[in-house]
Amino acid sequence: MRVVLAEDLFLLRDGLVRLLQAHDFEIAAAVATGPELARALAELRPDVALVDVRLPPTHTDEGLQCALRARRERPGLPVLVLSQHVEQLYARELLADGAGGVGYLLKDRVFDAAQFVDAVRRVAAGGTAMDPQVIQQLLARRTGPDRPLSRLTPRELEVLELMAQGRSNTAIATQLVVTERAIAKHTSNIFAKLGLEVSDDDNRRVLAVLAHLDRDR
Amino acid sequence: MAGRAAAVGKAGTRALVLAAVSLAGSLTLLVATLVSLLLVPLGVGVLTTPLVLTGVRMFADRRRLLVLRWGGPPIPREYRPPTAGAGPWRRLRDLLGDPATRRDLRWLVVDMTAGFVTALLPAALLFYPLEGFALAAGLWRVFTDGTHTGYWYAFVPVSGQASALTAARLGLVFWVVAWFLTPALLSAHLRLTRAALAGRQGELAERVRVLTETRRAAVDTSAAELRRIERDLHDGAQARLVALGMDLGTVEMLLDKDPAKARELLAQARRNSAEALNELRALVHGIHPPVLAERGLGDAVRALALRLPVTTEVDVDLRGRADAPVESAAYFALSEVLTNAVKHSGADRIRVDVRHADGSLRIAVTDDGTGGAVIGTGSGLTGVERRLGTFDGVLAVHSPAGGPTRVTLEIPCALS
Repeated sequence: MRVVLAEDLFLLRDGLVRLLQAHDFEIAAAVATGPELARALAELRPDVALVDVRLPPTHTDEGLQCALRARRERPGLPVLVLSQHVEQLYARELLADGAGGVGYLLKDRVFDAAQFVDAVRRVAAGGTAMDPQVIQQLLARRTGPDRPLSRLTPRELEVLELMAQGRSNTAIATQLVVTERAIAKHTSNIFAKLGLEVSDDDNRRVLAVLAHLDRDR
Repeated sequence: MAGRAAAVGKAGTRALVLAAVSLAGSLTLLVATLVSLLLVPLGVGVLTTPLVLTGVRMFADRRRLLVLRWGGPPIPREYRPPTAGAGPWRRLRDLLGDPATRRDLRWLVVDMTAGFVTALLPAALLFYPLEGFALAAGLWRVFTDGTHTGYWYAFVPVSGQASALTAARLGLVFWVVAWFLTPALLSAHLRLTRAALAGRQGELAERVRVLTETRRAAVDTSAAELRRIERDLHDGAQARLVALGMDLGTVEMLLDKDPAKARELLAQARRNSAEALNELRALVHGIHPPVLAERGLGDAVRALALRLPVTTEVDVDLRGRADAPVESAAYFALSEVLTNAVKHSGADRIRVDVRHADGSLRIAVTDDGTGGAVIGTGSGLTGVERRLGTFDGVLAVHSPAGGPTRVTLEIPCALS
């Protein structure tokens, strides 16, 4: 699988390259600035791009803008955005096109190499990987009384949280140490309680949940 | 033609508002201040005077905003910041010793007399003719049966249809005068307000004093901030990194002897490093929020709103970015105002309006809560006022009991 990587700090870029190579990814390019990233995305056509939000020369959200532009030109281009901080605002912009193949994670998540690599693969396959902190912020805003979420059981909330992060039923089942059937049952309960249409497609399911959570109250 | 008519209409209406406000508001506040001062020997006045004078300042601040918004000159605000932790006597002495307080009181007298007249005149020129027309249209019958003078319209005795028509003609004359004079008269009123409300003698000296005070406040605040950051780093991330290094050392030693224990310690080390990162992130957010650096004030405010537990609508109209220090001050001031609103107002809807006009950044926060917010000791709004003071910013609070509350922040600045 071919990866384009954009990260301006040498230490992190180097570490990421080694981590990805150790998990059999092919590094098509590892760049340090916004313009280089734009060129690499256009010319190398990678299977997935790993992009730091903040990049030189402006040191603003150049990486994010570059990724969003590339996805407008090539809808569904898998992009995993990394940052030192997560903002719901950015998550919303990344998810806005509803095309999937999007990830938004804190850089800390590379600490858990297995989960991180799983997230990269998921995004490359058109799935979603949202940082737990984004999901917690979304949920925190919506868990008052008289909100649809208050009808969920604590276990269902847990499942919803993991589902919104983009995890598959199998992964959720493993993490919560229950059977996949149990998770499927929780999932259909959640969808019924939130009034969402059930979909067998994992990716579409995640996007529906995220859209529901992000809807203005 | 239509443009001029609209301008005259607008000026007349504004003058009417000003006439009403200046007579009722200024008279009430002046009487309240005098009564409160008379009560000082009895003791009660010591407590009521600061309240009344705060009211006077809020009233004056509203007027500063109105004058600015209605095309008048900006009126500098030169109140001395309150001494932290001062008792009621000290507060009273500070307030009465502040030249700005005496100027405010002088302004109240001017406002209810000359101010009232200069506001009433343009309003009357515009609206009084309406009565003349009404008389001509038949209203005269209410006052007279046509045999005697039943009513005086200005200096025209109305005693029948013919004299009512004269009244209408006079009304027209008034309108002609209004056409040419109303906007000029209104701006004369605004200039009068500025002349009375802004310092004249020793304006520069006063300005220097205000700058010295706000500078001291700014230096104190930033020193306190640095101390807080130092403490947070020392007790937080730094300590965690020490623990991390220690754990790794132990792991190295245990690697051969007790691999299970080593793995356990490695997991702990990872948790420690994650915690250190979380603490650093929170710290960075408190120093300068990353989204502010990346996107500027507009999106930083939107991101802030998304974090609030109360539904918050944000409307931003900025063509460019203010200087980083101004953006930062505005962001943290707004953040404090929003925290206040969420904590105390009980509102379930907040509206934030950010725009730049007439050389000022203007942020208005409106909530549908219970109201009763004041700038005063112990209120978070005092800190906001101090924060804005460094930038010659103004904070105005309009919060009647029962709500709604509207807090306006204004910082003079340019966008680039």
